[in-house]
Amino acid sequence: MSDILLGIQGLTKAYPGVVANDDVSFDIQKGEIHALLGENGAGKSTLVKMIYGLVAPDKGAMTLDGQSFSPSKPSEARQNGVAMVFQHFSLFDALNVAENVALGMENPPPMRDLARRIREVSELYGLPLDPSRTVGTLSAGERQRVEIIRCLLQNPRLLIMDEPTSVLTPQEVEILFETLMQLKSEGTSILYISHKLEEIRAICDHATILRLGKKVGESTPSEASAKELAELMVGNSFAAPVARDVEKGAVLLEAKSLSLPAPGAFGTPLREVSFAVRAGEVLGIGGVAGNGQDELLAALSGERTSDGGTVLLKGNDISSDGPVARRDMGLLSAPEERLGHAAAPDMSLTENGVLTASRRESLVKNGLIDWRKAQGFTEAVIERFDVRTPGPDTAARALSGGNLQKYVVGREIHQNPEVLIVNQPTWGVDAAAAAAIRQALLDLAAKGAAIVVISQDLDELMEISDRFAALNEGRLSPAHPVADLNMEKIGLMMGGAHDMEVAHVHG
Amino acid sequence: MISLEKRPQPSRLWTAITPIFAVVLTMVVGGLMFALLGVDPIEAVRTIFWDPLFHPQFAGFSRPQLLVKAGPLILIAIGLSIGFRAGIWNIGAEGQYIMGAICGAAAGLAFYPSESILIFPLMILCGALGGFLWAMIPAVLKTRFGTNEILVSLMLVYVAQNILISVSTGLLRNPEGMGFPGSRNFKQWDATHNAEIIAGTGMHWGVVTAFIAVIAAYVLMARHIQGFNIRLSGEAPRAARFAGVNPARIILLCLGISGVLAGMAGLFEVTGPAGQITGNFNAGYGFTAIIVAFLGRLNPFGILLAGLLMALTYIGGELAQLMLSLPGASIQLFQGMLLFFLLATDVFTNYRIRFGKREAA
Repeated sequence: MSDILLGIQGLTKAYPGVVANDDVSFDIQKGEIHALLGENGAGKSTLVKMIYGLVAPDKGAMTLDGQSFSPSKPSEARQNGVAMVFQHFSLFDALNVAENVALGMENPPPMRDLARRIREVSELYGLPLDPSRTVGTLSAGERQRVEIIRCLLQNPRLLIMDEPTSVLTPQEVEILFETLMQLKSEGTSILYISHKLEEIRAICDHATILRLGKKVGESTPSEASAKELAELMVGNSFAAPVARDVEKGAVLLEAKSLSLPAPGAFGTPLREVSFAVRAGEVLGIGGVAGNGQDELLAALSGERTSDGGTVLLKGNDISSDGPVARRDMGLLSAPEERLGHAAAPDMSLTENGVLTASRRESLVKNGLIDWRKAQGFTEAVIERFDVRTPGPDTAARALSGGNLQKYVVGREIHQNPEVLIVNQPTWGVDAAAAAAIRQALLDLAAKGAAIVVISQDLDELMEISDRFAALNEGRLSPAHPVADLNMEKIGLMMGGAHDMEVAHVHG
Repeated sequence: MISLEKRPQPSRLWTAITPIFAVVLTMVVGGLMFALLGVDPIEAVRTIFWDPLFHPQFAGFSRPQLLVKAGPLILIAIGLSIGFRAGIWNIGAEGQYIMGAICGAAAGLAFYPSESILIFPLMILCGALGGFLWAMIPAVLKTRFGTNEILVSLMLVYVAQNILISVSTGLLRNPEGMGFPGSRNFKQWDATHNAEIIAGTGMHWGVVTAFIAVIAAYVLMARHIQGFNIRLSGEAPRAARFAGVNPARIILLCLGISGVLAGMAGLFEVTGPAGQITGNFNAGYGFTAIIVAFLGRLNPFGILLAGLLMALTYIGGELAQLMLSLPGASIQLFQGMLLFFLLATDVFTNYRIRFGKREAA
């Protein structure tokens, strides 16, 4: 065990209201690719920020090559040979590659030398990159190469990569993996953060799994199946799902082979999504973030319209109707992104009430907004969902994330929709308020509404859903009654098409 | 260390007082500039802000000019402010103003020398239409091809200016004008003259329309759902799409409104204070109105006050050139300072200054 490069002992970091890392310990060997696995909010980012000197730990210690290591700022970490490639690039579009690299260095060499060294390193590691090109013209993969080369020029001993493949095409992923393998063979250690299980199985020697801030397991990925890793990641601590006796009515919302191209460079296309929700039923849709959740919500809310016959509300084709028409027919929705999507940050809560409730609550007469009535509606939502705010005139951005979440979900529930689609309804909300929102969703279903809950919180989905389906790369698995599910089946569903074949064999 | 800290929500107080703050700063720094030019700064500022209204000798002439100049500024700025609230940057109001004047004037001249009372309303209509169509060029290009409305609308100003020079020496030239460039003079043709409604006040139909526009814009933006959608599109485009607002429709609506108002302003100007179509009848109102819109905080009543203030600096500036022989460029600089300081002080509505080192995040 003398080959330990970075030793982490009992690192703990608490933020107000949440313990991001709780007594986490593990070691990274020299020349290994070490995976850090976990769901969103498991504490991966905080942990890495502590290693990189961005955040100071409350407790615990780190050693680097046997010596005590406690960087107080990133430049100190870099001097010690720790480099990091962030998920979001910090590059200037208008400058060229060499200039961007120089900006990130402590003591940049003259530009001509730097350009030569960039060329050398890029050839050495098979990362083709022209130092004189303007960054604005580069693809996402090439931009990442700029960041990687910026790190490599400092001859790091430990390279941290935060979700490096989330922005890459499959071909670019191949190139990246070859580079990482080469670095490894030269003795550089890599801490690789991801929740893409197949990747981790392909290149990582060792994996540390975090869940809710705690280290819950270690594994050798090449010997474990994706399913086993998924189980470790999401845990086995499900409250036993209770099969609820719901009077299920007619099908209210139906998607039939709903396909949509990706909205932007990093969006996910929807591929042949089909499901049906009945009155009184809650359909839970799980899956790892970025597998089409936002796109599915946009297609159902009417923000994006789809081919005829793909979205049906009470048997009527609403595929080409916009959000206003769908709301009029009783289909409401609450997107995940609170500020800027579900609510306008600088507008008051009352104005944000008008945003979706103007017609259903008849807040508008002859085109004129009845502000008093709008305020009444807003006050009712604030009261019913216990939104902590000075009053309805407060700007949305002044509310805490959890309180705004209560408001935007409450705003839709309070309008008594027949069909409600919510994405991450309790994201960032404290436990009591989350329970209240879930109860409100269940009450709404009990009154005969059909509800689709898209969430990454499996416990939540198991608690409130009647049936469960999972999104994987824009495909939706068939929905299964929650009572029939166990961890193994859920892992298979979330694993996607590759694993689904196994599921059929088992079935 | 001085650092800026974002306020949890915009300060109402600062929203109201930044324009006053900006005016005071402009007076101080402008006064400094005048002092460097060798003019008594207090007298210069008094000549610009006080004398046009209260000078015993000049006020009789310059006071009506206040409304004459403020009218088109307010009318155009109201239209622009609606677009600016939606994040649609129509910089080419000057072009829409010119095209409105040309179309309206041409419609009237086609009926010369009829004295029908229907001619003037028809001209107003055609003026509005001219401005509208000119504004539809950047609007349609933006909705169809995603072009930048700032560039397109600005370029179209220069096109409009060249059309103006062409028609004033060609198509619309006064056949009885002894070969001089310029159209017939509407002041000498009663049916089309946009005369003062009350003599000696400067109040003409354009000023009345501007006041109506102020009230209509207030109702639209504060009470009407379309105004709400416009504001929503500007503040949170994604939330607007979630609400069901069609972005293309907002672009067409906003550019359409500002085109109509600018076109009408052009018609009222050419049939009133300017009197005829000439190569340079346009006094740059379309550009100054941008300053007026921001000085008025994109609020209709703020624009009303800002338009009057801007008109005052115009008249006072001319007076200062005349009386104190200040260079014209220094007056333009003075007006430019007003916008500069307004935008600079604007920071304080959303941020506050914090002295001392910020706590580590």
